Amino acid sequence: MKILVIEDDREAASYLEKAFAEAGHTAHVAGDGETGFALADAGDYDVLVVDRMLPRRDGLSVVAGLRARGKETPVLILSALGEVDDRVTGLKAGGDDYLTKPYAFRELLARVEVLARRATAQEAETIYRTGDLELDRLSHSARRAGKDIALQPREFRLLEYLMRHAGQVVTRTMLLENVWEYHFDPQTNVIDVHVSRLRGKIEKGFDKPILHTIRGAGYMLKAD
Amino acid sequence: MAAIPAIMKTTAARLSALYLILFTLCAVALVFYMTSLSLRIFTSQTQASVAEEVEDLARIYRRGGLPALVRLVDRRSRQPGAYLYLIADPNGRILAGNVEELEPGVLENDGWTQRPFWYDRFGETGGIERNHHAIAQIIRLPNQMILLVGRDLGEPERFRQVVRRALMFALGVMAIGGFLIWFFVGRRALKRIDGVTDASRRIMAGDLSGRLPVSGAGDEFDRLSQNLNAMLERIASLNEGLKQVSDNIAHDLKTPLTRLRNRAEDALSGRKKTAEYRDALEGTIAEADQLIRTFNAILMISRLEAGYSAEPTAEVDLDAILADVVELYEPVAEDASVKLTVESPGRTTVKGNRELIGQALSNILDNAIKYSAGNGEGPMATLKLERRGDEVLLSVADNGPGIAEADRERATERFVRLEESRSQPGSGIGLALAKAVMHFHGGRLELAGADNGLTVTMAFPTGAGDA
Repeated sequence: MKILVIEDDREAASYLEKAFAEAGHTAHVAGDGETGFALADAGDYDVLVVDRMLPRRDGLSVVAGLRARGKETPVLILSALGEVDDRVTGLKAGGDDYLTKPYAFRELLARVEVLARRATAQEAETIYRTGDLELDRLSHSARRAGKDIALQPREFRLLEYLMRHAGQVVTRTMLLENVWEYHFDPQTNVIDVHVSRLRGKIEKGFDKPILHTIRGAGYMLKAD
Repeated sequence: MAAIPAIMKTTAARLSALYLILFTLCAVALVFYMTSLSLRIFTSQTQASVAEEVEDLARIYRRGGLPALVRLVDRRSRQPGAYLYLIADPNGRILAGNVEELEPGVLENDGWTQRPFWYDRFGETGGIERNHHAIAQIIRLPNQMILLVGRDLGEPERFRQVVRRALMFALGVMAIGGFLIWFFVGRRALKRIDGVTDASRRIMAGDLSGRLPVSGAGDEFDRLSQNLNAMLERIASLNEGLKQVSDNIAHDLKTPLTRLRNRAEDALSGRKKTAEYRDALEGTIAEADQLIRTFNAILMISRLEAGYSAEPTAEVDLDAILADVVELYEPVAEDASVKLTVESPGRTTVKGNRELIGQALSNILDNAIKYSAGNGEGPMATLKLERRGDEVLLSVADNGPGIAEADRERATERFVRLEESRSQPGSGIGLALAKAVMHFHGGRLELAGADNGLTVTMAFPTGAGDA
C-alpha cells in the first residue's frame, strides 16, 4: 500500500516512514503543505496521512484543495486538537478519519489499513461472509456453518463492523466510535467484554477460532 | 501656569472648555443677528420719520417759498432733540439750519446718503468729539438750493453699547458656569476615575485580589466598575484554573513519568532474555498510554472548567444516552455481578453535548460498578432519570461503602483518590471530569448517601445548557 505522510515534524515523519515500511507498506513523506498537496495531487496514493498544522499550507486546506480537484484518496487527519468540534471541522474539510496526537502507531496503522480497504470494499453488499460465518444485513441474522446465531442488536452491529473489516486489525476506539458512536475513552475496557461475549456466541460450539485478539492493538476477524 | 496644561489634560476640563466655546460662539452669533436686525429696523424707522419731515418741509416750501422754509428750519432747529436741518446754496455754503460742518461731499448726494457721515452741530465746532454720525435725505430745491434733513445715529450707537455690555456679562456668567460645572461635575467624575485608575494600577502591580471601588449610587461609573470587577473575577478564576492545571500536571504527571523512566532504565540494566525486554517495553508503552489518557483528561477538564471550550451543544436526549451507556456497561456489570436497574420516564431532552454527557455518565457508572459491594442483597446500581422542578436529574446510586460527608467535596477534585479506593485501579480523574462536564452544562454534580451507598446526581438545568 502506498501512503503519503504530510507531517512537518521530521522525527515523527521518519518514524512513521519506518514503521509503515515494517508493516509492509511504502510511505513517502512531505514536510509542508504545498509539497504535500503537489505530491498527493500528482501521485497515486492509497491513503494520505495529513497533519493538521503544517507550514506553508494548512492541513485542512490541503485536504479541501484535493477534494475540490476531484481527488478521492482517503485521508486521515492527525491533530493535536482533540475536541469534538475540531474533529467535526476536520471531517467536514474532507477528511475520512481523525486521530488525535499523541497516538499509538498500531491505532494509526489499523485506521489507515481500514481506510485503504474502504476505497475498494463493497459496502453495499447485503451479505457479508468470512469463512463459514455469514451475516445478512437485510434480515439482521447471522449464521455460522449453517447454524443460526442469536445476536442482540448491538452485537449484530459489532459483528457487522468486524466482518466489514475482516482480515484487518480493528482497535477498541474504532469499535467504540463506529459501533457505539462515542469518541470518549472508557475507563474500564468495556469493549473487551462486549467482544468476548460476541466471541462466545460465534466461536462456542465451533471448532475453529475466528475472532482473534491482536495483542496491543485490538481485534481481527479472520478465517484460517 | 504649569498647572493649567495639566488641568486641560482632564476630560472634564476639556469638555467644560469645549462647551464654553460653543456657548460663546452661539451667544455671539445670536447677538450679532439680533443687533443687525434691530439696527435695520431702527434705520428704516429713522428713514420713515425723516421722509415725513421732508414732506412737511416741502409743503411749507410750496406754500411760502424759501423764506418760509428757512423760518421753519430755524425754528425747528432750536427744539431739543431736533432733526438735522441744513439749507445750503449750490456751492455748499450753509445758509440755515443746525449743522455747522459736515463730512465733505455729503451735499453732492441726491436723495438718501449711502452711509452714515459725520457732522458737527452748530456751536460744537472744534470739539474733540467729532463723532456724531447721521444719515440724511438731501433734496435739490427748484432754485438750486440744497435742503438736508437728517437724523443722528446716536441712539443705535448706544444700543450697540448696551448689547456689547450684555454680551460681556453673559460671557462672564458662562465662564463662571463652565468653571462650576467643571468643578462640581467634572472633578467629582474625575475623582472617581482616579479611584478606578488607582485600583487598576494596584491590580496591575500584582494585587490580583484587588477590586475597583463601587460607590453604590448605581450610576454609569458603578456599572463600569461592576463589569470590570466581574471581568477581573473571571480572569482570576481562569488564572487560578490554569495555575491549578499546570500545578497538577507538574505534580501528578511527574510520578508516572518517573515510573516510566525507571521501567526503561530497569529494562536496560543487566542481561535479560528477549521476552523480558519485550515485556518491559510493552509495560512502558502501557504506562505511556495511561499518561496520555490522564493528560487528555486533565486538558479536557481544564478547558471545560475554564469555560472556553468550543464543544458544540444541541438538544440531546438523556434517555438515549442513559440507554447507550447502560448497554455499554451491561456486560461489565454482569461480569462483576452488579445488578443494573434503570428508571426513566422516556425521552427527556436538555441542551448539551452528547459525547461529554456520555463520558461523564460512563465515568460515574464505572465507579458505581467498581465500588458496589452489596449490603446483604448483592451489589447493584440504580440509574434514574427524572424531572424535578426546573431541573433534570440523572443519578447513579450504588450500594457500596459510600463516601463520608467530609470527603465528598474532595472526591470530585482532580487526582484525589480516597483511601478506600486505592485498592481499585483508576486515575482519580473520573468524578473530576464529570464535575467539569456538569459545570460546562451549567448544572452541578451532587454526591449523597454514606452507609447505604453513594448516589451521584448530575443535575441539568432545563432550558439552559451552555455555560
